[in-house]
Amino acid sequence: MTKFLSGLAKGMATTARTMTTHAHTQQYPHVKPELPSRSRGVIALLEENCTSCMLCARECPDWCIYIDSHKETTPPTTEGGRARQHNVLDRFAIDFSLCMYCGICIEVCPFDALFWSPEFEYSTTDIRDLLQEKETLGQWMPTVPAPEPLVPELPQTEAQQLVVDVEPEDDPAAGRTTKRGAGEVPRPGTEEQP
Amino acid sequence: MAGDIVEIVLRAVCVLAAFLVLPLLVGQTEHKVMAHMQGRLGPMEAGGFHGWAQLVADGIKFSQKEDIVPLAADKRVFRIAPALGIVSYLFALAVIPLGPHTVGADVPGSLVWVLAVGGIGTVGTLMAGWGSGNKYSLLGGLRTAAQLVSYELPLILACASFAIAAGSLSLVGIAHAWTPWWLLWQLPGALVFLVAATAELQRPPFDMPVADSELVMGPYTEYTGLRFALFLLAEYAGIVVMSLLLGVLYLGGWTGPFDHQIGWLWTLLKGAIFAVLIIWIRVAWPRLREDQLQRVAWLGLVPLALLQLAITAIGVVVTSR
Ligand code: SF4
Ligand code: SF4
Repeated sequence: MTKFLSGLAKGMATTARTMTTHAHTQQYPHVKPELPSRSRGVIALLEENCTSCMLCARECPDWCIYIDSHKETTPPTTEGGRARQHNVLDRFAIDFSLCMYCGICIEVCPFDALFWSPEFEYSTTDIRDLLQEKETLGQWMPTVPAPEPLVPELPQTEAQQLVVDVEPEDDPAAGRTTKRGAGEVPRPGTEEQP
Repeated sequence: MAGDIVEIVLRAVCVLAAFLVLPLLVGQTEHKVMAHMQGRLGPMEAGGFHGWAQLVADGIKFSQKEDIVPLAADKRVFRIAPALGIVSYLFALAVIPLGPHTVGADVPGSLVWVLAVGGIGTVGTLMAGWGSGNKYSLLGGLRTAAQLVSYELPLILACASFAIAAGSLSLVGIAHAWTPWWLLWQLPGALVFLVAATAELQRPPFDMPVADSELVMGPYTEYTGLRFALFLLAEYAGIVVMSLLLGVLYLGGWTGPFDHQIGWLWTLLKGAIFAVLIIWIRVAWPRLREDQLQRVAWLGLVPLALLQLAITAIGVVVTSR
């Protein structure tokens, strides 16, 4: 009985406490969300980097990337030179009604032509309008955030130490760090700054 | 004679206005309080400022919906049922005093009147359950009936205690007889009243008749549009009636500083305290099982109410000597 009553009292106290604290709601259309830079919002295309190699289109699990291209021949610039051929991208389209945001196309692109952007406000009233052509994909390029540092959670000094660990002979300061032994990475902030 | 009629019409219009505005206020408070208790904001868009017009918008939405009557329903009963709930609380609100003279209809036995017409609302729910031609509705309706039988008794016993303490059956008389001592003397009775009233209104944690995980929506399963909105309005009007009633019985109604000028404000304020409490209970506590529900009434509330009656009787005998 006392357990029952104390449970009831605890329920009242918890709800009262929640009421006096700030609500978690984000008022989306009025206040834009702050998304992490790794967000998978939309895929942006940097057209200049694309060589029409078709790797992304072939790796895409549901074949929602459409690429058309043709070859052009540039005449030699110097006397007796060789004419060069290069691909010209005619069409690059991603059907976002099929895309499942797996990111394989971005991973597989050897020329850094595809990027994740946190932009997400591209819903349409017709499913066919989700087929975005390269002009639209290019417009999302400015929204692509700068890449994050490779080892973000470690302070800069430790990240450097980890790199130095590979070749300890040259640097006497780095030699000290190897004597600590592998696996004994100091907690961030506890080691003295060099 | 003509003056009398004008006065009666005026009073009726005022009661009707209060009946339409106060439940919306309670409903909006519930939206907001419940949201913040759950770490949300609640309605924020309708009407602009913190979603104040949300319930108005809801009402417009309800009125646009198609009026569907199921084929298997007892059509007459099905159609009348929502009106009964509304009318019962409207009648009850008419006799609840906001001030010594601010009352829709000053009848001598107003406490008896409130209790009598308050029960009619439950009959409306029972009719809805029976008339819908749906097994879930029927089960919900029967649960409502069982709940009414169980909780009406402690409710009436608690009210009887207040009446004995004041030596009057009129709400105005009870509020006049109120002294600060009642806060302690009538505390068990007030607790019984609060719990029984919440159960009478079928509000969580006593919402077994509309337990959505078992009975879809209980007696209201088949209702849409305006008729459903009427049931909702009746629920919130019920909160208003019960809160004001408890405010008048237990907290002395309009008694307070400057009660000659702003007595009605005190009554509304005291009612608001209980309305918020009823909302708070809903958010904080889990629903009782059907057998637990009956157990609370018969093993908890009825003995407590009888004890309160004895305490009140002793108090009255000792002080009147
Ligand atoms: S994210 Fe995946 S599904 Fe979408 S286009 Fe790229 S490879 Fe295809
Ligand atoms: S993999 Fe990269 S370079 Fe190749 S077609 Fe796709 S986007 Fe262009």
